[in-house]
Amino acid sequence: MHRFLLAVLRRDLTLAARRRGDWLIAQFFFVMVASLFPLGVGPEPAMLVRIGPGVLWVAATLASLLSLARLFADDHHDGSLEHMVLSPEPTVLLVLGKSLAHWLIYGIPLLLVAPVLGVQFNLSWEAIRVLEISLLLGTPILSLLGGVGAALTLGLRGGGVLLTLLILPLYVPALIFGAGAVDGVMAGTGAEAQLSLLGAFLVLSLMIAPWIAAAALRVSLE
Amino acid sequence: MLAESSSLSVHELACARGDRLLFKGMNFTLKSGELLLVQGGNGQGKTSLLRLLTGLARAEDGEVCWCGQPIAKQREIYHGEMIYLGHANGVKDDLDPLENLRFSAGLQGRSFDPDRAAATLQRLGLSRCLDLPCRVLSFGQRRRVALAALLLAGASLWILDEPLTGLDVHAVALMEGLIRDHLNAGGMVVATTHQALNLEGVAVQRLLVGNVAIPELS
Repeated sequence: MHRFLLAVLRRDLTLAARRRGDWLIAQFFFVMVASLFPLGVGPEPAMLVRIGPGVLWVAATLASLLSLARLFADDHHDGSLEHMVLSPEPTVLLVLGKSLAHWLIYGIPLLLVAPVLGVQFNLSWEAIRVLEISLLLGTPILSLLGGVGAALTLGLRGGGVLLTLLILPLYVPALIFGAGAVDGVMAGTGAEAQLSLLGAFLVLSLMIAPWIAAAALRVSLE
Repeated sequence: MLAESSSLSVHELACARGDRLLFKGMNFTLKSGELLLVQGGNGQGKTSLLRLLTGLARAEDGEVCWCGQPIAKQREIYHGEMIYLGHANGVKDDLDPLENLRFSAGLQGRSFDPDRAAATLQRLGLSRCLDLPCRVLSFGQRRRVALAALLLAGASLWILDEPLTGLDVHAVALMEGLIRDHLNAGGMVVATTHQALNLEGVAVQRLLVGNVAIPELS
């Protein structure tokens, strides 16, 4: 069972390594969106600290959405998705593996770039540390829930836009608790409560999202 | 290996796409060593029938049984015995043929033997393309990579949707030989094709899908 999961992971990581352009675009998008805000709202440090956590979190969700549309679409297009669904292994594991690969490819790099952007927003080191933890807990949620949306919109015309509309509302809890944790530590009320809720939301997504996505995938392929 | 007693049977199968009923009341039984040639004009439901047989699509009515049991109740077992080759090859453009075979083995939960895979690719005439990404291969060559994956899967039931599309004369002859070998080893094949196949000494059942009569293929 775990061999299948590893096979899916290795396959997706190898494919991502062959197409580094797609990967770079998502990272640049994250940096660009986060950098536009200081230009738009003005360079006052107090203002930047105030909006920083929220902006970084919104930018991270958008960057994650950008790559989600192709989570299943490429494999659907060349027929390999059918082969994977027709494997004797459970479809849930396939979806879990692909979401996990998406997180490793697109989520982890966001964690590496985020501190730099945090400095740009004049966040304290303590706030950056909490931002990192919140992104560590939050970005897998984005990949898991995104898998549901990607499976539901598979093969639809204009699926990318529909995916965004479907999935963004589901991202709201992660966004609120994630950005709220950083706000909390800056306000001196502590971040434990929000981080715990974020962790709980991650566990919930991990348990439910792959099943829904697998069911959606079967419907989309029919 | 291939069980002598395996069989694929279909009872009162009906298939609809949207509001349109493609066929209903379809029955057949396929036993080890038999080939089912699905025939019919374009848009008559050949591909839909094959997708029903794989379990990808759900039937409007009736059921598909593997060894007497409905396939929906034994998905893992059935999918371990069956391999499907559809219109799309399932070949990743960014990987070379060997890598493609390695990953499809992993996804089917099989162990991968590089020497055997290379030998199979060689047998299919791809020895010169082993280290090229599939992106630069021709359509027919990519089809051959997909056929190599089919051979290596070691499944007893092959479900082939237009397997000869894009293949040259040599590859068609090779494919005929492969089908014959598979059937002689006790395997089963369900295939759709518009091309004439030379399958002497093979038990062939013909199934006409839809109501448009087509000239008999030799």
